[in-house]
Amino acid sequence: MENKKFDSIPKEKFTLVHHGERISDKKFDDKPIGYFKDALIRFKKNKASVLAFWIILGILAFSILAPVLITNHDSKFMCNMYAKKPARIASMLNVKIFDGGMDTKSNETGFIKLVGIGMAAADGDGQGVTVSEGLASEYSPMIEIGEAYEQEISKTRSTTYYPFRVDAYLREGFVYRSVEQSEYARIKAWEEETGLQVLYPVIDNNEWTIDPEDANYWYKTNSKGQPVKVNAAGDATVITYSENMVLEDNYKRDAEGNVMYYTYAGGGNADTAQYRVRLLYYNYYQYLYGSTPDYVMGTDSQGYDLALRIAGGIKLSMTIAISVSIINFIIGAMWGAVAGYYGGTVDILMERITDILAGVPFIVVATLFQIHLAAKVGPIVCLLFAYILTGWIGTSSRVRTQFYRFKNQEYVMAARTLGAKDKRIIWKHIFPNTLGTIITSVALVIPSTILSESNLSFLGIIKLGTADYSSLGNLLAEANGIWTNYPHLMIYPALFISLLMITFNLFGNGLRDAFNPSLRGTED
Amino acid sequence: MKMAKYVMKRLVLMLFVLFVITTVCFMLVRILPRPLPDYKNLRDIILARWEALGYNEPLLVQYGIYLKNIFTSWDFGTSWYIEVNEPAWNLLTDRLLPTVLVNLYSLILSIPIGIGLGVYAAINKNKWQDSFISTAVMIFISVPAYVYAFLVQYFLYFKFNLLPLQVLSLADAGGSWFTWKMFKSMIAPVLALSFGQIAGLCRFTRAELTETLTSDYMLLARTKGLTRAQATSRHALKNAMVPILPMIISTFIGVLAGSFVIEQIFSIPGVGQLYMMSIRLFDYDVFMMDMIFYTFISLLAGIVVDISYGFIDPRIRMGE
Repeated sequence: MENKKFDSIPKEKFTLVHHGERISDKKFDDKPIGYFKDALIRFKKNKASVLAFWIILGILAFSILAPVLITNHDSKFMCNMYAKKPARIASMLNVKIFDGGMDTKSNETGFIKLVGIGMAAADGDGQGVTVSEGLASEYSPMIEIGEAYEQEISKTRSTTYYPFRVDAYLREGFVYRSVEQSEYARIKAWEEETGLQVLYPVIDNNEWTIDPEDANYWYKTNSKGQPVKVNAAGDATVITYSENMVLEDNYKRDAEGNVMYYTYAGGGNADTAQYRVRLLYYNYYQYLYGSTPDYVMGTDSQGYDLALRIAGGIKLSMTIAISVSIINFIIGAMWGAVAGYYGGTVDILMERITDILAGVPFIVVATLFQIHLAAKVGPIVCLLFAYILTGWIGTSSRVRTQFYRFKNQEYVMAARTLGAKDKRIIWKHIFPNTLGTIITSVALVIPSTILSESNLSFLGIIKLGTADYSSLGNLLAEANGIWTNYPHLMIYPALFISLLMITFNLFGNGLRDAFNPSLRGTED
Repeated sequence: MKMAKYVMKRLVLMLFVLFVITTVCFMLVRILPRPLPDYKNLRDIILARWEALGYNEPLLVQYGIYLKNIFTSWDFGTSWYIEVNEPAWNLLTDRLLPTVLVNLYSLILSIPIGIGLGVYAAINKNKWQDSFISTAVMIFISVPAYVYAFLVQYFLYFKFNLLPLQVLSLADAGGSWFTWKMFKSMIAPVLALSFGQIAGLCRFTRAELTETLTSDYMLLARTKGLTRAQATSRHALKNAMVPILPMIISTFIGVLAGSFVIEQIFSIPGVGQLYMMSIRLFDYDVFMMDMIFYTFISLLAGIVVDISYGFIDPRIRMGE
């Protein structure tokens, strides 16, 4: 810097800083930051919590939007033929998680039966069909066939096993149904219109039929269900599987040798006469419900769409959890405020009551409510009662502690000196100080409620599952025991519950840190 | 002296709370209709027994009899369906051992791992090891226990077939709870229980230790020449243990109560399963017994934790 001489500045160069103007405080350029705004700013810095918040919103959006986006059936739609099926979307069959496939293996008899479904579907008029035609059919349940291998059953015997991936929907194959003649005509008309074949040749009931109720044994079988070739003398030889295996069909034929598509099963006039028909269920489903069976997450153990059941379960769990936390917030705040503000005998009495309530294990409360009241008010209300009976204690003790901290501070005394009533001091002067801690506990009540609800459902103490709704825990309880064969029944609900728990805990922790002024400035 | 007075006060209060809860539960349970077996001879026997035991008296008289039986002959009623004519107390004590074993094994597994990980995370605070452990802990603490049970069953039984699917019955395992076969079948539930416990312990340890690591006496310890490892193990860890130990003690008592869900999934014949069975079969005397047991355990855990603070940390004086 240049060296200047300051002692010889001429007088006229000086001016007064404030000359002729009024001095007043400058207005703040920014808006003042209050407690909540400060908390919000600090919450936003916590990346994990913000992410969790968005995931929660995403899950909620899923639960609300799923019924809107899945248009081909609603949440009450149930098809028990297609129960416990994995996810399948007809337009995305080349994506493995949406192909409705299950990896399994079978012995030769079972394997031929499944291959046979495709062959029968490819041969709608009984003209004869080869294995490759059958496997190429779009109704063939076989997705992938692995190498056959020998496995020892005992020391002397071994069996050939065929590993394969099978479409769980198409493997249902054919079914028998009795329809009225008018219905039969409608199916016929629908077939004409869409070009999809629903009605398939009926099977003769003779000595080569192992099970007259099973519409998938369309070929001649022996008493073990193995396909057989019958010669003119009536002797049967067992057919083994090979690429060019030929199955002998066992269709019922009329005098001219044409296959028949129905048998008369009784009934009166042209309209009410009952026809027994053999239907390809996959196409029959389309005839009945107007769309292919598309299930984004498969179907649950009863045949409801699992995605819609989960969406409904999230909504139910969230509704229960949020109402519980709001009610507990109100009761806990009032109880804690009164106990903390008045103190003394009132406090001791109230503390004894909370001691007793807090001593009862929650599972006991839930059970007793369920046994006594479930029949009268329904399981959901019962569960709410159980949560509310003991749930507010945590909030109330937090509020009480805060009241003890603040009630003797000078500003409260000042308010009292100025004539403020107890009610005003409690709600206007002290209570806002407790809000931060309470909001955190409210946010953390939500995951713990969801968790304990799912535990209680899982144990079967409460049963939150009807045709209209099902809780996530109930879906898991239904999957228990059978999920090893149908993993999707467990994976999806467990995934959503875990995701909800993780995100809500992260969110709650973020809130707790944000509302805790003592942590201010320590994060950076 | 003050300590003894405080303990006495707490114990009396606990008994009072236990009494009130038992009374209310008794009333609520006894007014329930009791189903009878279809088999006529058994039904007549049970009805005659009920008459003799005063189950048809007014409610308050019944409660008087119930209390009298407990105090004079330690008789908490009889099981009518689960094990006909067995005292409810025996049913409970029979099932205590499997529950305690499974939970104890899982504690033995999770305490060293949990505390170890917690200490490691606290020492490496704000490094990648810490954030990795903290993230994992957050996930593991949130995921419900049955999900672990599913995963353990899936991988250890279906995929690799290392362990049995469920805990063996006493007869299958050679008539004792302590055979190798029984232990092996218990590994799966122990693992399923441990994930959550490890995560919980780790989080708690990390939180406590990071707090003590930044305190002033640590600075003093370092200035007087201790190495970081010495200061941490001698001063920080010791002080961090003050809240951790009571937590372990309370978990230890909680072990008795067991975990309902895990017992259900792995069909462990424990107290939780007894509870579920007594609800399903309407065996209300056993239900009552189990309820008293659970209430007692949870009350006891609270007291022991409060008192243990006083023993572990001489700075904390009880009852002042």
